[in-house]
Amino acid sequence: MSDTAVRPRRRARPRLSRQQQRRRSILRAGLLSAGLLALTPLAFLPVARRLRDRLRPPGAMADEATFLGACIKCGQCVQVCPVNAILLADAGDGFGHGAPYIEPREQACDFSCDALSCILACPTGALRHEISLVSEVAIGTAELVRPDACRARRAEGVHGPARTEGFRGRLRYSEIDRWTPQPVADQAYDLEHCDLCARLCPVGDTAIAMVRLADGPSGATTPEVRDGCVGCGVCEMVCPETPTCITVVPTVALAATHEGAA
Amino acid sequence: MSFFGGVLEMLGRAPKRPASRTDQAEILHGRKRGKGLDVARLLEEIAAAKKVHHWRNIRWAVLISVNLLFTLSFWVDIQILEGSLTASRFLGFHLADPYSSALVMLATASVPVNLVIGSVTIALFWALLGGRTFCSWACPYHLLAEWGEAIRNRLEARGLLVDHPMHRGVRPALFVAFAALALLTGHTLFLTLNPIGIVSRAMVYGLSMALLWVVALLAFEVLYARRAWCRYACPIGLTYGLLGVAAPFRVVYHLEACAHEGECRKVCEVPHVLDLTIKGRAADAHVDVGPDCTRCGLCVDICPTDSLTYEVKGLDRLL
Repeated sequence: MSDTAVRPRRRARPRLSRQQQRRRSILRAGLLSAGLLALTPLAFLPVARRLRDRLRPPGAMADEATFLGACIKCGQCVQVCPVNAILLADAGDGFGHGAPYIEPREQACDFSCDALSCILACPTGALRHEISLVSEVAIGTAELVRPDACRARRAEGVHGPARTEGFRGRLRYSEIDRWTPQPVADQAYDLEHCDLCARLCPVGDTAIAMVRLADGPSGATTPEVRDGCVGCGVCEMVCPETPTCITVVPTVALAATHEGAA
Repeated sequence: MSFFGGVLEMLGRAPKRPASRTDQAEILHGRKRGKGLDVARLLEEIAAAKKVHHWRNIRWAVLISVNLLFTLSFWVDIQILEGSLTASRFLGFHLADPYSSALVMLATASVPVNLVIGSVTIALFWALLGGRTFCSWACPYHLLAEWGEAIRNRLEARGLLVDHPMHRGVRPALFVAFAALALLTGHTLFLTLNPIGIVSRAMVYGLSMALLWVVALLAFEVLYARRAWCRYACPIGLTYGLLGVAAPFRVVYHLEACAHEGECRKVCEVPHVLDLTIKGRAADAHVDVGPDCTRCGLCVDICPTDSLTYEVKGLDRLL
């Protein structure tokens, strides 16, 4: 038998004394906690730099930082929304990770729950329980961002559905079914002049109305956003132009603009 | 083990030899003195015991069912358990994770009533069922970590890996640090990093990029430090451990038949709680395993001499 038959597969590690082992275990523990806590600035960055101004669900605390601190990231608001308008933010949102937001172009909040279910579902009050009326909601404010493309301003109509086939957004059409929201892509229109944003607004003409456009072509109107707008985003969802002509500016962005102006 | 000794060990103190042992323990320890083990027979029994996964299978079934109940409540709209593991409603009644709730309260300097109701309910529930029982019977990250550990065991057996243990005092330190951060910044860093929340939300609301963080944590556990998150980091686990210090449901160690071969410590997620099975360590003939124990039952399954059993304190008196 040769004496080289048994060869260690790797170099033997030096034996450490108990004291050395203990010291190393404390060092590793320190590095672990330092590593986890060092993620704080990384999580803070998207919030501080406002990399994503999110539209928060109805009733969300006005101050974005307070809202994020108050949200326990459980997603109960997501579960109760009848049109699944509420999404949960991913890790890229830093401290906002797991907090709810709305992407109205894909699915607006159409208030078809009537009762503001998301607010009722929130266990922490990040969606403030004080709010019970649609008129008290302040998700943001609609803004006509591409006036030149607006069909109403060009005196153009809508012939067919507002959104192309395959669009999955839903909306409550009370005249069809009070209780079941219908797919937007299933509703065909034959309008000489487009007024969908005002026509389908769940709040009504205190929020948005079509007004005559003096310097436009004959029959041209323009959507006028009024103080009653709560930022639900139905106008953004149903705008037949792509990209949308009208979009909701989040409360957090509005607040920042006010601060900048002050 | 003494009550406070158990709590201190959970907070990071290394297990010690008992200062004194009962007469009965002295006799039992004395009987074993100088006696060699019947190693061949023992190994046979252990090999047989390894095939028994009685409690593990029951536990996995419970864990998966609880988490599926969250998923199905949303996807099939059965509305039994709505929300995720950070906060939910069971048939409309609020439930909330106590540590996550505490962070929200610290961050916002407010006390939402629903969170108090939910946290107290959950605290009472797990205080009876054993505190960290939550970890091994309900936490989805625990299950992933168990599977990761199985991979690690294979790599270790081939000599490809060594463990890098850490001082367990880091867990209470992080527990305090996350709470302090919430109080000082108004943001809940822990909820951003929390792998339990990430996995639970992913199971209910769909996949997210945040799962990559969970994968990174698992890789760290598999490649560097065994069960690192559960052992050294998780403040949720520590919270439940503290809530369960006086829990009637626990694992009890019986000295008499124990062969002290140490199979239980090899399978345990928190092996310091089983240091009392080392020869000469048990202070009494029957000793409760400390509060850091997750009641996972791996030791109960593997013990070849049935020296570790589940018990509910006072149940025999009630019956």
